[in-house]
Amino acid sequence: MTALLELKGVTKRFRGLEALSDINLSLKSGEIVGLIGPNGAGKTTLVNVITGVHTADAGSITFNGAPIAHMRRDRIARLGVARTFQVVQPFPAMTVLENVTAAALFGGGAASIAEARDAAAHHLAFCGLTDQAGKPAANLTLAGRKRLELAKSLALRPKLLMLDEVNAGLNPAEVDAALELITRIAAQGATILLIEHLMKVVTRTARRLVVLHHGKLIADGPVASVLSDETVVEAYLGRRYAERMAGAGI
Amino acid sequence: MMLRIALPLALPFAIVAVAFVLLSQTDAYIIRLATTFGMYAALALAWNIIGGIAGYPSFATAAFFGLGAYVTAVAQNLGAPLLVGVGLAGAGAALFAGLLGSAILHLRGKYFAIASLVIAEVLRELTNSWTSVTGGGMGINLPLAKTTLLTQPQLYLAAMLFLAAAATSASMLIDRSRLGVALRCIAQNEDAAQIIGVDTRMAKTWAFVISSLFIGLVGGVYASWVTYIDPTDVYDGAMSVKPILMALLGGVGSVFGPVLGAFAYLLLEELLWRNLLEFHAGILGLLVVLLVLFLPGGLSQIRGVGLVSLPKIWRRAP
Ligand SMILES: Nc1ncnc2c1ncn2[C@@H]1O[C@H](COP(=O)(O)OP(=O)(O)O)[C@@H](O)[C@H]1O
Ligand SMILES: [Mg+2]
Repeated sequence: MTALLELKGVTKRFRGLEALSDINLSLKSGEIVGLIGPNGAGKTTLVNVITGVHTADAGSITFNGAPIAHMRRDRIARLGVARTFQVVQPFPAMTVLENVTAAALFGGGAASIAEARDAAAHHLAFCGLTDQAGKPAANLTLAGRKRLELAKSLALRPKLLMLDEVNAGLNPAEVDAALELITRIAAQGATILLIEHLMKVVTRTARRLVVLHHGKLIADGPVASVLSDETVVEAYLGRRYAERMAGAGI
Repeated sequence: MMLRIALPLALPFAIVAVAFVLLSQTDAYIIRLATTFGMYAALALAWNIIGGIAGYPSFATAAFFGLGAYVTAVAQNLGAPLLVGVGLAGAGAALFAGLLGSAILHLRGKYFAIASLVIAEVLRELTNSWTSVTGGGMGINLPLAKTTLLTQPQLYLAAMLFLAAAATSASMLIDRSRLGVALRCIAQNEDAAQIIGVDTRMAKTWAFVISSLFIGLVGGVYASWVTYIDPTDVYDGAMSVKPILMALLGGVGSVFGPVLGAFAYLLLEELLWRNLLEFHAGILGLLVVLLVLFLPGGLSQIRGVGLVSLPKIWRRAP
């Protein structure tokens, strides 16, 4: 199978700091890949570089055959690359429905505002936001705003969807609801890069796991083998976690 | 469907036509006031497209106004009829905005505001020094327009009211269009707008061009109306500040707010400020500049509600 997304030698520096060093990563169509790593590892930077929020200092990024490393953000989005923001980015004064309508209209390629609104209503229902549709986005709870981020990215009809810590800051009940939603999104067939702190979310959805540490990609492979990888255990998980996972037979 | 769109768009023109019939037979003072109202409303509506809907607080109104005035003046002195002269003013201002846009529209917030502030100064200096064409600091006279049906004051009353109606219709149209959605996204969160696929450069440039088109047209009609212009008059910084104040009074970013704001401003100007000293305009200008530059979160904070909600915003600010 050909790769949907291909990063070769991608490097991103912030002044002295090398936030991404020589990243090689390839995502196949339909794959669900978990991306883990400690705080400051460069996970969000990786998403920013792929979506054009930052421009890589070196390396190439190919999406669906097109070089996108130097493409404008809105064009990358219209090619079918969607992401949620770790720090949510709503249009605060618009209603929830208007937020998603805008996404369907521009990134989702709807032919008219009316068509975009229909598509948006569908995505709101899918994300369980229908009864919030008329509210200003600013008035949503954090869990609601995370869901709105999801609905907006789905409205782009993405080929690649990158979820940046959509569960951060949610309580356990909200996490379970979000996990259920992520599972349903995954079932729709988009390629997903899932950035997560919570192992249970990663292990339940992803087959493949990628680990970033100090800007370097230190592991890439099936979940079980990555989780028992010596370097990963040292760098991120810690001994006790590895033993517990081994005990649970994962 | 077509009717549902066409009817509201035709409404401003219908209202203006009735207003013209009622006003055109009144005395000279009322006609001059109504003409000024049409001019203010058109300028406030035009500013609101870039400054209110798109959230890019432009201080370049005086630049496009002056440019339109001078293009008309020069064209008419070369023999162009009034309508052609005014048309060229609009086209010239729109073209200039399109070129200028790529240079300054990537600047955000107060940086854009400051950059836009400089444009009128530059144009004024150019106009001053290009004496052979513009008459320099001496100013330039315009020929009297040939009118048959209307008197001179009636003609310019009709023209300014027509521009106000056209700017209203354009605002309504933008509000319901893709462009309007894009501009509202840009005003609220430009980074998020790009990530959902909005071509923000294109949208901002169109907003700037359409806004400047109307400002240029108004400048062209103004020059023909007063029949004499000079650089200090038409590139006056107050021209940039007044429309912002009107939009603030009526409600930034709303479609009809600027019209109400223009009316309120004109009333204040006539009743209160006319007899006060000149420097009050300066203080007012400074106030607006400070407001735009230092209002927490920018002008979008008071979108659609106007100055009445300022105290609330100050209280909310950290
Ligand atoms: N815009 C930026 N400017 C400067 N440094 C940045 C910027 N974005 C991220 N960094 C730095 O890059 C490193 C990686 O950050 P980030 O990608 O946010 O990590 P993660 O998402 O894995 O927690 C951190 O040290 C962070 O401080
Ligand atoms: Mg992060």
